[in-house]
Amino acid sequence: MAISEKRAILTKNELISMYKEMLLIRTFEEKAAEMYTRGKIGGFLHLYSGQEAVAVGFISALRPDDYVIGAYREHGQCIAKGTDPKYVMAELFGKVTGISKGKGGSMHLFDIEKGFLGGHGIVGGGMPLAVGVGLAIKYKKEDKVCICFFGDGAVNEGAFHEAMNMVALWKLPVIYVLENNLYGMGTPIYRASSIPDLIRRASCYDIEREQVDGMDVLAVRDTAERSIRLAREHSEPRFIEAITYRYRGHSVADPGQYRTKEEVEEWRKRDPIVRMEKYLKDNLFITDDDLIAIRDEVNAKVQEAVDFAESSPFPPPDALYEDVYA
Amino acid sequence: MAQTITYREALNQALREEMRRDSNILVLGEDVAAYGGAFKVTEGLLQEFGPERVIDTPISEEAIAGTGIGAAMVGLRPVVEMMTINFTTLAMDQIVNHAVKLRYMSGGQIKIPLVIRAAQAAGLQLGAQHSQNLESWYAHVPGLKVVAPSVPADAKGLLKSAIRDGNPVMFIEHEALYNAKGNVPDGEYLTPLAKAEVKRQGKDVTIISYLRTLILAMKAAEHLADLGIDAEVVDVRTLRPLDTETIVGSVRKTHRAVIVEEDWKSVGMGAEISARILEGAFDYLDAPVMRVALAEVPMPYSKPLEQLAVPSQDDIVMAVRQIMGKA
Ligand SMILES: Cc1ncc(C[n+]2csc(CCOP(=O)(O)OP(=O)(O)O)c2C)c(N)n1
Repeated sequence: MAISEKRAILTKNELISMYKEMLLIRTFEEKAAEMYTRGKIGGFLHLYSGQEAVAVGFISALRPDDYVIGAYREHGQCIAKGTDPKYVMAELFGKVTGISKGKGGSMHLFDIEKGFLGGHGIVGGGMPLAVGVGLAIKYKKEDKVCICFFGDGAVNEGAFHEAMNMVALWKLPVIYVLENNLYGMGTPIYRASSIPDLIRRASCYDIEREQVDGMDVLAVRDTAERSIRLAREHSEPRFIEAITYRYRGHSVADPGQYRTKEEVEEWRKRDPIVRMEKYLKDNLFITDDDLIAIRDEVNAKVQEAVDFAESSPFPPPDALYEDVYA
Repeated sequence: MAQTITYREALNQALREEMRRDSNILVLGEDVAAYGGAFKVTEGLLQEFGPERVIDTPISEEAIAGTGIGAAMVGLRPVVEMMTINFTTLAMDQIVNHAVKLRYMSGGQIKIPLVIRAAQAAGLQLGAQHSQNLESWYAHVPGLKVVAPSVPADAKGLLKSAIRDGNPVMFIEHEALYNAKGNVPDGEYLTPLAKAEVKRQGKDVTIISYLRTLILAMKAAEHLADLGIDAEVVDVRTLRPLDTETIVGSVRKTHRAVIVEEDWKSVGMGAEISARILEGAFDYLDAPVMRVALAEVPMPYSKPLEQLAVPSQDDIVMAVRQIMGKA
């Protein structure tokens, strides 16, 4: 499948760095899955494999001082926002060096310095938070924006509707990005939503909306540039639906038997990383050797993350009572 | 005769038997049908009872609870699965302001025979938003019944009783118990609501608990027996209405009480049980009532910290030894 032709003008370096970022997230996630099987990581582990183009396409178009809020499938978003993967891996291991000091785990990554505001385990829970972030930006007369990622399952929570109404009413610079991977756990959209065309959900709040191929990082980036610019300049919300797919089950513990092998294979053919690889080769004369060098670099970085997590200590017993009150 | 089955299978049997008995019973919740339930408690129900009675809902907790309540108002007996108790916070309004109050406010005209099943627990490294024990929140509200089984036999018998009860029942299951096995009587039986049970007879001290910590209390009692301390263990089973008689009766006999709970100590179940003991057995006490509870923190993810936060068998043994003056 070809990659989108209408797109923002990007430099070669930007294009390569987007590719590298997607590959880093994929490699990180596959490594995390392996570590989970080896008992190094506990709890739930919701992998992002297949959806990388959404996080990278959107977040690469942000400024470092902009904000991102995710749900519980947020490793990729956190890494894309600039958190060193070693702090993410250490968090998954429950180590004191983790980005949330081992208190949060996979679903609760926070990197305030980088503008990454979570990591939220309650479906739809991040959506009202984004209203507050948008309100603060507007109040302080800043020109930042906040991107809020959520899944197709979250559109059926009350929090979704309440947040959409307020963000539109108050004209806040928030971009709600629906990562429509077609399933909420084991339930496909058509069994959960009265309208399968989820983007229409934004229409009753009169929010400008757009749909994008979430398996095409350049198309996502293009949409991101446009919606971020409009949100920033006019202080108003945007609603983007990125159609995407998660290759694995809902979490590592879920074999995903509600989908057919064929369906997963069909989506894998649209893999955002493979498509970007082809694009780089066809258009920028990136060679196989260049790609191998990138892969080596990424693998080394992920290995470094594992080594760092492995060799870090668990939090000391005193940490149990730390940070309960300010 | 008895069968040895898991807590999960016991719950599944209860649902099946009740659904076969009464076609007004429906099961609804997120992923309860095709997926078989997040904890596989409802596995196979869709196949046996069909999609009219085993209903997958969107992820919409407030609406799920409200649907259950509305259906109950007009004669059905829904069993709602809330996946985990953490998500019932989104449905609090429906549960506390509607389910619980409608009967009272309507002068008894309305009946809400609704069961809300919710799993809870820490110990699976799920972090603070997925590892809460909120039984005391619900046990606070008059009009609601709160049930918390610790063994498969009670899981089955209590769920059947909860389904047949005419009130809204918050039925709390423990995530770490689903695979625990135990003997369950063959054939039809009901375990009464609002009745605690003495699970182990003893004369030196009463350990009072429910859910997973009850299992730990039983093990602690074995260990204490080796140390020459004869502990009685009371399984509370229903947290509201609380069976004060059984609890106080036991403490009057042993003169000492240790309460073990997995929720926070402040304003937790143990505080209530302790107060009941003071009201009913003050003159019998040879030592202050002791409580073993969860650390007063949101649950940390990291394994060593999580284990530190949750009450352990050793904590129980230590508390008992302390109260016996044998620390
Ligand atoms: C309020 C709430 N209800 C239920 C759950 C359990 N749960 C976790 S993820 C999930 C599915 C969410 O699907 P979606 O929003 O589409 O996100 P995706 O997993 O596809 O990224 C459910 C039901 C939860 N975490 N929070």
